[in-house]
Amino acid sequence: MKVLWLQSGGCGGCTQSMLCAEPRPLFDELRDAGIEFLWHPALSLESGDEALQVLEDCAEGRRPFDVLCVEGAMLRGPNGSGKFHLMAGNGRPLTEWVERLARHARWVFAIGSCTAYGGLSATTPGNPLEACGLQYDSDSSGGLLGAGFVSTGGLPVVNIAGCPTHPGWVVDTLEKLALEGLNVSDLDEFGRPLLYAEQLVHHGCARNEYYEFKASAEKHSDLGCLMENLGCKGTQAHADCNLRPWNGSGSCLKGGFACIACTEPGFESPGHAFQETPKLAGIPIGLPTDMPKAWFVALAALSKSATPKRVRDNAVVDHTVIRPAVKKAGK
Amino acid sequence: MKRIQLGPFNRVEGDLEVSLDVEDGAVLAARVNSPLFRGFEQVLVGRVAEDALAIVPRICGICSVAQSAAAASALADLAGIEPPPNGVLARHLIQATENLADHLTHFYLFFMPDFARSAYADRSWHAAVSARFMAVKGAAPGPVLQARARFFNLTGFLAGRWPHTLALQAGGSTKAMTAAERIRVLALLREFRAFLEGVLLGDSLEAFAELAGWDALLHWADGREADFPLFLRAAGDLGLEGVGRASDRFLSYGAYGIFSAGVWQPGMAVESLDPGRISEDTRHAWLADGPALSPAAGETVVNAEKAGAYTWCKAPRYAGQVIETGALARQLVTGNRLVGDLVAQFGGSVTGRVVARMVELATIVPAMERWVKAIVPGEAFCNPVELPESGQGVGLVEAARGSLGHWLSVKRGRIERYQIIAPTTWNFSPRDGDGTPGPLEQALVGLPAGEGALPTVQHVVRSFDPCMVCTVH
Repeated sequence: MKVLWLQSGGCGGCTQSMLCAEPRPLFDELRDAGIEFLWHPALSLESGDEALQVLEDCAEGRRPFDVLCVEGAMLRGPNGSGKFHLMAGNGRPLTEWVERLARHARWVFAIGSCTAYGGLSATTPGNPLEACGLQYDSDSSGGLLGAGFVSTGGLPVVNIAGCPTHPGWVVDTLEKLALEGLNVSDLDEFGRPLLYAEQLVHHGCARNEYYEFKASAEKHSDLGCLMENLGCKGTQAHADCNLRPWNGSGSCLKGGFACIACTEPGFESPGHAFQETPKLAGIPIGLPTDMPKAWFVALAALSKSATPKRVRDNAVVDHTVIRPAVKKAGK
Repeated sequence: MKRIQLGPFNRVEGDLEVSLDVEDGAVLAARVNSPLFRGFEQVLVGRVAEDALAIVPRICGICSVAQSAAAASALADLAGIEPPPNGVLARHLIQATENLADHLTHFYLFFMPDFARSAYADRSWHAAVSARFMAVKGAAPGPVLQARARFFNLTGFLAGRWPHTLALQAGGSTKAMTAAERIRVLALLREFRAFLEGVLLGDSLEAFAELAGWDALLHWADGREADFPLFLRAAGDLGLEGVGRASDRFLSYGAYGIFSAGVWQPGMAVESLDPGRISEDTRHAWLADGPALSPAAGETVVNAEKAGAYTWCKAPRYAGQVIETGALARQLVTGNRLVGDLVAQFGGSVTGRVVARMVELATIVPAMERWVKAIVPGEAFCNPVELPESGQGVGLVEAARGSLGHWLSVKRGRIERYQIIAPTTWNFSPRDGDGTPGPLEQALVGLPAGEGALPTVQHVVRSFDPCMVCTVH
């Protein structure tokens, strides 16, 4: 399966993240799964004219390829000219290249939230960059390729959203496609592969005991749950970050900071400070997905009243001050 | 005279175009174009000050932590506070992990594949170099990716993830390392050390760090079976120690409390750093014209149709002078003897820039081992921070590829101005208002180019380890 990769209005972090794939080295794993990069801007030998030749052949349908992976927002400005990103050595807007290549790709993958929805580039007041995603403009369908776009393989754009993407989300989706194809039923409402987006970040969170008892962190580096005060959206964000560890053993929550829901459209402009939980009458506005507010309030009151001292005290310090009790035999 | 456009200039971070005026097979003049505009300085305006910590890492996927560190430093400067000792050590460790991983990525994935090109097929070293370093398919990239991924497991423990962590805060770090994690992080450092000593250098880090001059380096490399000595063999044959000289003025903001800050110029004592002498010029960028401004008063206003402009990159200058930054600059300013001898003999060069990165790998890994041991589990990693409603802050840090500065101004709790000068903004700057070319533009003049020329231009451009996405923030 041949993969052609382009980068535009983004940071390149999804590629850098992908290179962290474990346990096997990325190149070995992809090769043995029958996946190769026809060209990748950060990795391939071909530069300048050699690279443009590969792209031109693909865009003209002379050289077949399977997956077009695009990393970075589509910059349509200024005034629709695409001049905010002209292809180096060629002078044509990247948006034009993407439109031409997408016509011949069997599948089109948006790598990262910028590519899927527009991301941070689209959040400047008034969006002077005219930035958008491949098939979404924030949470509205449309984007560069249009709401009706379907690639020759019969799918809309596959949105591997995340800022950045986990290496496994990209590699597993490519491997699923190479193994048995992808169907619309493999994607969620925003085009995200269910293989990582049918979970919530909350699932498997190492702070779950604090969550259960509403024992909340009050300041940075506290061990408690980050939902009540520090802006955590793990109970609303679709991704498997706490089941599929990052960089060996990590996740945002394990790192001590809030999930900012970077797989969701519009995450970059939450309408409040990223690291503060907006509240109404002392109750967080953004409550867990699927949970009626009254239930949450009742449960929270109950669990707060039942919080063990160990959990309550440990929640507001940066290391365990009360260890779980050890039961002695026969007692 | 013929003008040739090189692009997409790949195996750099982001998009790059280099335009060369060529006559009689040599470069007469070069212009460097950063063809992508990102607009992060505008994204930040109007946001709550702490939001910078979530936004700026996303400027860059390869120096994300350096961006975080610069913002955290700028906010700490604004608040007039410092992190506790554990917080400082944690920040050093997270930043050093990224910097050293970047050095490795640069050497193996971005820089060395050009030596495997068929243009060098007649060279004695070519077979060995292509077998190791061919892009994607060589023998080296697999084990390198594995070593890099394992090394980044440090960030799994210390920063949650990489890239784009929110662990670095003005008051320190959100993640307090546990006693158990301290042991596992030391084990990861041992694993990375073993890779560097066994595969990259073929010697202990300490023995390599002791090398004090060019002759000593060549003697050390002679007959040594490892990847960096193999580079020295190819580079020596091509004379790359004498290729790629830029302005030979070097800037470092200092790093980790072990590398000093300052400005290095030939034949002079290292000058202490005065951030007030930094300015940015927009004459040749697609940005509104005006006098060169201090970044504390800087503006970024798009003018996409401006005559005479050829890039989205501003031209930063120090005391009006063109400046190079990066590992070479850091090691010169801090007085490393090997790097000092190389520059004394040849000026800045392709080989010098690569050697300086190796020096950093060899000296920073032992420092990381010391930092982990110095961490005291149970003591604070983060101090509370009360940000003033209004004020200014500056954060000056070193990313892998050089000096990174954030200038922040806050009014009524909101960001009023945010200006960034990234390392590659210095190195790949266009001509300034006086028409003086930037460092890379100078370094390319006189090199072979055009039909049938060796890929020397490729080596020189990539020797700076450019990060274009930062450049055009």
